[in-house]
Amino acid sequence: MKIKLTNRERRAVMASCVPALMTALGTPVSAMHIMEGFLPQTHAIVWGVVCLPFLVWSFLSIRKIVSQHRKAVLLLAMMGAYAFVLSALKMPSVTGSSSHPTGTGLGAVLFGPAPMALLGMIVLLFQAILLAHGGLTTLGANTFSMAIAGPFVSFGVYQLCKKLKLSRLVAVGLACGLGDLFTYCVTSVQLALAHPGQAGVLASLTEFLSIFALTQIPLAIVEGILSAIVVMMLESFAKPELREIGYLVKEGN
Amino acid sequence: MEKKKVITILILVALCAVILVFPLMTIKDSEFGGADGAAEEAIAAVDPDYEPWAESLIAPPGGETESLLFCLQTALGAIVIGFGFGYLVARKKYRAEEAA
Repeated sequence: MKIKLTNRERRAVMASCVPALMTALGTPVSAMHIMEGFLPQTHAIVWGVVCLPFLVWSFLSIRKIVSQHRKAVLLLAMMGAYAFVLSALKMPSVTGSSSHPTGTGLGAVLFGPAPMALLGMIVLLFQAILLAHGGLTTLGANTFSMAIAGPFVSFGVYQLCKKLKLSRLVAVGLACGLGDLFTYCVTSVQLALAHPGQAGVLASLTEFLSIFALTQIPLAIVEGILSAIVVMMLESFAKPELREIGYLVKEGN
Repeated sequence: MEKKKVITILILVALCAVILVFPLMTIKDSEFGGADGAAEEAIAAVDPDYEPWAESLIAPPGGETESLLFCLQTALGAIVIGFGFGYLVARKKYRAEEAA
Protein backbone atom coordinates (compact mmCIF):
# COMPACT_ATOMS: atom_id res chain seq x y z
CA MET A 1 0.00 0.00 0.00
CA LYS A 2 1.29 3.40 -0.86
CA ILE A 3 0.49 6.23 1.50
CA LYS A 4 0.34 9.60 -0.13
CA LEU A 5 1.08 12.63 1.99
CA THR A 6 0.08 16.13 1.08
CA ASN A 7 2.83 18.67 0.91
CA ARG A 8 1.91 20.16 4.24
CA GLU A 9 1.90 16.76 5.93
CA ARG A 10 5.23 15.93 4.44
CA ARG A 11 6.60 19.18 5.78
CA ALA A 12 5.25 18.38 9.23
CA VAL A 13 7.00 15.00 9.19
CA MET A 14 10.25 16.63 8.12
CA ALA A 15 9.94 19.30 10.79
CA SER A 16 9.35 16.70 13.48
CA CYS A 17 12.54 14.96 12.45
CA VAL A 18 14.63 17.98 13.41
CA PRO A 19 14.19 17.82 17.19
CA ALA A 20 14.46 14.03 17.01
CA LEU A 21 17.79 14.26 15.30
CA MET A 22 18.96 16.93 17.68
CA THR A 23 18.22 14.81 20.72
CA ALA A 24 19.73 11.74 19.17
CA LEU A 25 22.91 13.62 18.44
CA GLY A 26 22.98 15.76 21.53
CA THR A 27 26.23 14.31 22.72
CA PRO A 28 28.96 16.88 22.17
CA VAL A 29 31.67 15.80 19.80
CA SER A 30 34.09 17.89 17.86
CA ALA A 31 34.02 17.76 14.12
CA MET A 32 37.04 19.08 12.42
CA HIS A 33 40.19 17.93 10.71
CA ILE A 34 41.54 14.49 11.47
CA MET A 35 43.74 14.70 14.53
CA GLU A 36 47.50 14.07 14.57
CA GLY A 37 48.34 10.38 14.74
CA PHE A 38 44.78 9.20 14.23
CA LEU A 39 45.30 7.59 10.84
CA PRO A 40 47.40 4.42 10.60
CA GLN A 41 50.75 4.87 8.82
CA THR A 42 49.67 3.22 5.57
CA HIS A 43 46.56 5.40 5.33
CA ALA A 44 48.54 8.53 6.09
CA ILE A 45 51.04 7.73 3.36
CA VAL A 46 48.45 6.71 0.77
CA TRP A 47 46.42 9.92 1.22
CA GLY A 48 49.60 11.95 1.00
CA VAL A 49 50.62 10.26 -2.23
CA VAL A 50 47.13 10.68 -3.70
CA CYS A 51 47.43 14.42 -3.08
CA LEU A 52 50.80 14.78 -4.82
CA PRO A 53 49.63 15.06 -8.45
CA PHE A 54 46.97 17.57 -7.43
CA LEU A 55 49.54 19.67 -5.60
CA VAL A 56 51.86 19.70 -8.61
CA TRP A 57 48.94 20.65 -10.85
CA SER A 58 47.98 23.30 -8.30
CA PHE A 59 51.48 24.77 -8.23
CA LEU A 60 51.58 24.96 -12.02
CA SER A 61 48.16 26.61 -12.21
CA ILE A 62 49.10 29.23 -9.61
CA ARG A 63 52.33 29.93 -11.47
CA LYS A 64 50.30 30.38 -14.64
CA ILE A 65 47.90 32.79 -12.97
CA VAL A 66 50.78 34.82 -11.55
CA SER A 67 52.60 35.04 -14.87
CA GLN A 68 49.70 35.36 -17.34
CA HIS A 69 46.89 36.93 -15.35
CA ARG A 70 48.72 39.44 -13.17
CA LYS A 71 45.50 41.36 -12.70
CA ALA A 72 43.89 38.41 -10.95
CA VAL A 73 46.66 37.84 -8.37
CA LEU A 74 45.01 40.12 -5.81
CA LEU A 75 41.79 38.16 -6.21
CA LEU A 76 43.63 34.85 -5.77
CA ALA A 77 45.30 36.15 -2.62
CA MET A 78 41.90 37.19 -1.31
CA MET A 79 40.57 33.68 -1.98
CA GLY A 80 43.43 32.16 0.01
CA ALA A 81 42.81 34.66 2.79
CA TYR A 82 39.10 33.78 2.75
CA ALA A 83 39.94 30.13 3.39
CA PHE A 84 42.34 31.25 6.12
CA VAL A 85 39.66 33.26 7.91
CA LEU A 86 36.77 30.80 7.56
CA SER A 87 38.76 27.78 8.72
CA ALA A 88 39.72 29.64 11.91
CA LEU A 89 36.14 30.39 12.86
CA LYS A 90 34.71 27.61 14.98
CA MET A 91 30.96 27.93 15.01
CA PRO A 92 28.33 26.30 17.22
CA SER A 93 26.05 23.82 15.52
CA VAL A 94 22.76 22.01 16.12
CA THR A 95 24.49 18.85 17.34
CA GLY A 96 25.80 20.67 20.39
CA SER A 97 29.36 20.80 19.16
CA SER A 98 31.45 23.20 17.17
CA SER A 99 33.11 22.93 13.81
CA HIS A 100 34.47 25.31 11.24
CA PRO A 101 33.74 25.93 7.55
CA THR A 102 36.44 25.36 4.95
CA GLY A 103 36.35 28.47 2.79
CA THR A 104 37.95 26.66 -0.13
CA GLY A 105 34.80 26.52 -2.28
CA LEU A 106 34.71 30.18 -3.28
CA GLY A 107 38.19 30.12 -4.81
CA ALA A 108 37.26 26.97 -6.70
CA VAL A 109 34.15 28.63 -8.15
CA LEU A 110 36.14 31.64 -9.38
CA PHE A 111 39.48 30.06 -10.34
CA GLY A 112 38.63 26.38 -10.79
CA PRO A 113 39.66 23.67 -8.32
CA ALA A 114 43.37 23.61 -9.23
CA PRO A 115 44.81 26.55 -7.26
CA MET A 116 42.85 25.72 -4.13
CA ALA A 117 44.77 22.48 -3.45
CA LEU A 118 47.93 24.38 -2.58
CA LEU A 119 46.16 27.29 -0.87
CA GLY A 120 44.13 24.89 1.26
CA MET A 121 47.23 22.93 2.20
CA ILE A 122 48.93 26.11 3.41
CA VAL A 123 45.98 26.74 5.74
CA LEU A 124 46.18 23.15 7.01
CA LEU A 125 49.96 23.42 7.52
CA PHE A 126 49.54 26.58 9.59
CA GLN A 127 46.95 24.89 11.79
CA ALA A 128 48.88 21.62 12.08
CA ILE A 129 52.20 23.19 13.01
CA LEU A 130 51.16 26.13 15.19
CA LEU A 131 47.77 25.18 16.55
CA ALA A 132 48.04 21.41 17.04
CA HIS A 133 44.82 21.32 15.06
CA GLY A 134 44.80 18.61 12.43
CA GLY A 135 48.30 17.20 12.09
CA LEU A 136 51.34 16.60 9.94
CA THR A 137 50.73 12.85 9.69
CA THR A 138 47.13 13.48 8.66
CA LEU A 139 48.01 16.41 6.40
CA GLY A 140 47.57 14.30 3.27
CA ALA A 141 44.11 13.08 4.22
CA ASN A 142 42.99 16.53 5.35
CA THR A 143 44.39 18.16 2.22
CA PHE A 144 42.48 15.65 0.12
CA SER A 145 39.17 16.36 1.84
CA MET A 146 39.36 20.12 2.29
CA ALA A 147 41.62 21.33 -0.50
CA ILE A 148 40.87 18.83 -3.29
CA ALA A 149 37.54 16.99 -2.90
CA GLY A 150 35.59 19.97 -1.55
CA PRO A 151 36.78 22.44 -4.21
CA PHE A 152 36.11 19.90 -6.99
CA VAL A 153 32.51 19.51 -5.82
CA SER A 154 32.10 23.28 -5.50
CA PHE A 155 33.41 23.78 -9.01
CA GLY A 156 31.22 20.99 -10.40
CA VAL A 157 28.07 22.21 -8.66
CA TYR A 158 28.69 25.74 -9.90
CA GLN A 159 29.11 24.57 -13.50
CA LEU A 160 25.94 22.49 -13.21
CA CYS A 161 23.96 25.42 -11.81
CA LYS A 162 25.22 27.59 -14.64
CA LYS A 163 23.95 25.01 -17.16
CA LEU A 164 20.59 25.01 -15.36
CA LYS A 165 20.55 28.80 -15.72
CA LEU A 166 20.21 29.42 -11.98
CA SER A 167 20.98 32.90 -10.72
CA ARG A 168 24.71 33.42 -10.27
CA LEU A 169 24.53 34.15 -6.57
CA VAL A 170 22.34 31.12 -5.84
CA ALA A 171 24.80 29.02 -7.80
CA VAL A 172 27.76 30.36 -5.77
CA GLY A 173 25.92 29.74 -2.50
CA LEU A 174 24.95 26.19 -3.42
CA ALA A 175 28.41 25.38 -4.74
CA CYS A 176 30.26 26.60 -1.65
CA GLY A 177 27.78 25.08 0.79
CA LEU A 178 27.81 21.65 -0.84
CA GLY A 179 31.61 21.71 -1.21
CA ASP A 180 31.92 22.41 2.50
CA LEU A 181 29.55 19.56 3.36
CA PHE A 182 31.31 17.17 1.01
CA THR A 183 34.66 17.89 2.65
CA TYR A 184 33.35 16.51 5.93
CA CYS A 185 31.71 13.53 4.21
CA VAL A 186 35.14 12.68 2.82
CA THR A 187 36.64 13.07 6.29
CA SER A 188 34.05 10.58 7.58
CA VAL A 189 34.92 8.09 4.85
CA GLN A 190 38.62 8.47 5.59
CA LEU A 191 38.08 7.81 9.28
CA ALA A 192 35.71 4.90 8.61
CA LEU A 193 38.26 3.25 6.32
CA ALA A 194 40.94 3.68 8.96
CA HIS A 195 38.75 2.61 11.88
CA PRO A 196 36.21 0.04 10.71
CA GLY A 197 36.03 -1.46 14.20
CA GLN A 198 34.20 -4.74 14.67
CA ALA A 199 30.98 -3.66 12.99
CA GLY A 200 32.69 -2.97 9.68
CA VAL A 201 33.37 0.04 7.47
CA LEU A 202 29.70 0.83 6.79
CA ALA A 203 28.62 0.94 10.43
CA SER A 204 31.66 2.99 11.24
CA LEU A 205 30.89 5.32 8.33
CA THR A 206 27.36 5.96 9.60
CA GLU A 207 28.84 6.76 12.99
CA PHE A 208 31.33 9.27 11.66
CA LEU A 209 28.85 10.77 9.18
CA SER A 210 26.40 11.37 12.02
CA ILE A 211 29.16 13.29 13.80
CA PHE A 212 30.86 15.16 11.00
CA ALA A 213 28.27 15.72 8.29
CA LEU A 214 25.35 16.60 10.55
CA THR A 215 27.31 19.15 12.55
CA GLN A 216 28.42 20.66 9.31
CA ILE A 217 24.99 21.26 7.73
CA PRO A 218 24.22 24.65 9.32
CA LEU A 219 27.84 25.73 8.86
CA ALA A 220 27.69 24.77 5.20
CA ILE A 221 24.63 26.99 4.81
CA VAL A 222 26.48 29.85 6.51
CA GLU A 223 29.50 29.34 4.26
CA GLY A 224 27.23 29.38 1.21
CA ILE A 225 25.63 32.66 2.29
CA LEU A 226 28.97 34.30 3.16
CA SER A 227 30.46 33.25 -0.17
CA ALA A 228 27.49 34.70 -2.02
CA ILE A 229 27.99 37.98 -0.13
CA VAL A 230 31.66 38.12 -1.11
CA VAL A 231 30.74 37.49 -4.74
CA MET A 232 28.09 40.23 -4.60
CA MET A 233 30.74 42.68 -3.42
CA LEU A 234 33.28 41.48 -5.98
CA GLU A 235 30.72 41.89 -8.74
CA SER A 236 30.33 45.52 -7.66
CA PHE A 237 33.99 46.41 -7.29
CA ALA A 238 36.13 43.87 -9.13
CA LYS A 239 34.51 43.57 -12.56
CA PRO A 240 37.80 43.82 -14.49
CA GLU A 241 39.33 41.02 -12.44
CA LEU A 242 36.26 38.81 -12.73
CA ARG A 243 36.36 39.28 -16.50
CA GLU A 244 40.07 38.50 -16.56
CA ILE A 245 39.49 35.08 -15.00
CA GLY A 246 36.43 34.44 -17.15
CA TYR A 247 33.88 34.49 -14.33
CA LEU A 248 32.05 37.34 -16.06
CA VAL A 249 31.78 37.49 -19.83
CA LYS A 250 34.35 39.74 -21.39
CA GLU A 251 32.28 42.33 -23.22
CA GLY A 252 29.80 44.86 -21.86
CA ASN A 253 29.89 46.55 -18.50
CA MET B 1 27.10 49.82 -4.36
CA GLU B 2 23.36 50.30 -4.79
CA LYS B 3 21.23 50.62 -1.70
CA LYS B 4 19.28 47.50 -2.59
CA LYS B 5 22.45 45.42 -2.61
CA VAL B 6 23.61 46.77 0.74
CA ILE B 7 20.26 45.87 2.29
CA THR B 8 20.40 42.35 0.82
CA ILE B 9 23.87 41.86 2.27
CA LEU B 10 22.76 43.05 5.70
CA ILE B 11 19.78 40.68 5.65
CA LEU B 12 22.01 37.78 4.62
CA VAL B 13 24.49 38.54 7.43
CA ALA B 14 21.61 38.65 9.90
CA LEU B 15 20.42 35.29 8.60
CA CYS B 16 23.90 33.80 9.23
CA ALA B 17 23.81 35.17 12.77
CA VAL B 18 20.40 33.59 13.37
CA ILE B 19 21.60 30.21 12.10
CA LEU B 20 24.59 30.33 14.45
CA VAL B 21 22.76 31.66 17.50
CA PHE B 22 19.87 29.18 17.17
CA PRO B 23 21.80 26.18 18.58
CA LEU B 24 23.21 28.35 21.38
CA MET B 25 19.69 29.27 22.46
CA THR B 26 18.08 25.85 22.09
CA ILE B 27 20.75 23.49 23.40
CA LYS B 28 21.44 24.34 27.00
CA ASP B 29 23.45 21.45 28.36
CA SER B 30 26.36 21.61 25.97
CA GLU B 31 29.63 23.51 26.01
CA PHE B 32 29.87 23.33 22.23
CA GLY B 33 33.23 21.74 22.70
CA GLY B 34 35.59 21.95 19.81
CA ALA B 35 38.07 19.99 21.88
CA ASP B 36 39.67 17.37 19.69
CA GLY B 37 39.58 15.06 22.69
CA ALA B 38 35.86 14.49 22.15
CA ALA B 39 36.36 13.30 18.58
CA GLU B 40 39.10 11.02 19.81
CA GLU B 41 36.53 9.43 22.08
CA ALA B 42 34.38 8.61 19.08
CA ILE B 43 37.30 6.73 17.56
CA ALA B 44 38.08 5.04 20.85
CA ALA B 45 34.49 3.76 20.88
CA VAL B 46 34.65 2.17 17.41
CA ASP B 47 38.26 1.12 17.51
CA PRO B 48 39.26 0.59 21.15
CA ASP B 49 42.65 -0.96 20.38
CA TYR B 50 43.92 1.95 18.31
CA GLU B 51 46.92 3.85 19.62
CA PRO B 52 47.73 7.21 18.04
CA TRP B 53 51.29 6.94 16.79
CA ALA B 54 52.22 10.58 16.51
CA GLU B 55 51.75 13.73 18.51
CA SER B 56 51.74 17.37 17.51
CA LEU B 57 55.24 18.84 17.52
CA ILE B 58 54.22 21.99 19.32
CA ALA B 59 50.92 22.21 21.11
CA PRO B 60 49.68 25.49 22.59
CA PRO B 61 49.99 25.19 26.37
CA GLY B 62 46.40 26.22 27.03
CA GLY B 63 43.14 27.64 25.74
CA GLU B 64 44.37 31.24 25.88
CA THR B 65 47.40 30.68 23.69
CA GLU B 66 45.35 28.61 21.31
CA SER B 67 42.75 31.33 20.93
CA LEU B 68 45.57 33.81 20.37
CA LEU B 69 46.86 31.75 17.48
CA PHE B 70 43.39 31.27 16.02
CA CYS B 71 42.87 35.04 16.25
CA LEU B 72 46.18 35.55 14.52
CA GLN B 73 45.04 33.28 11.70
CA THR B 74 41.78 35.18 11.32
CA ALA B 75 43.55 38.53 11.50
CA LEU B 76 46.07 37.63 8.79
CA GLY B 77 43.28 36.57 6.46
CA ALA B 78 41.12 39.56 7.30
CA ILE B 79 44.01 41.96 6.59
CA VAL B 80 44.41 40.58 3.07
CA ILE B 81 40.67 40.61 2.37
CA GLY B 82 40.32 44.11 3.82
CA PHE B 83 43.27 45.39 1.81
CA GLY B 84 41.81 43.85 -1.34
CA PHE B 85 38.38 45.36 -0.92
CA GLY B 86 39.85 48.72 0.15
CA TYR B 87 41.91 48.80 -3.03
CA LEU B 88 39.01 47.73 -5.25
CA VAL B 89 36.47 50.13 -3.72
CA ALA B 90 38.82 53.12 -3.91
CA ARG B 91 39.76 52.28 -7.49
CA LYS B 92 36.13 52.32 -8.55
CA LYS B 93 35.44 55.55 -6.70
CA TYR B 94 38.40 57.55 -8.03
CA ARG B 95 38.00 56.22 -11.53
CA ALA B 96 34.42 57.46 -11.57
CA GLU B 97 35.56 60.85 -10.25
CA GLU B 98 38.27 61.17 -12.88
CA ALA B 99 35.86 60.30 -15.65
CA ALA B 100 33.38 62.90 -14.47
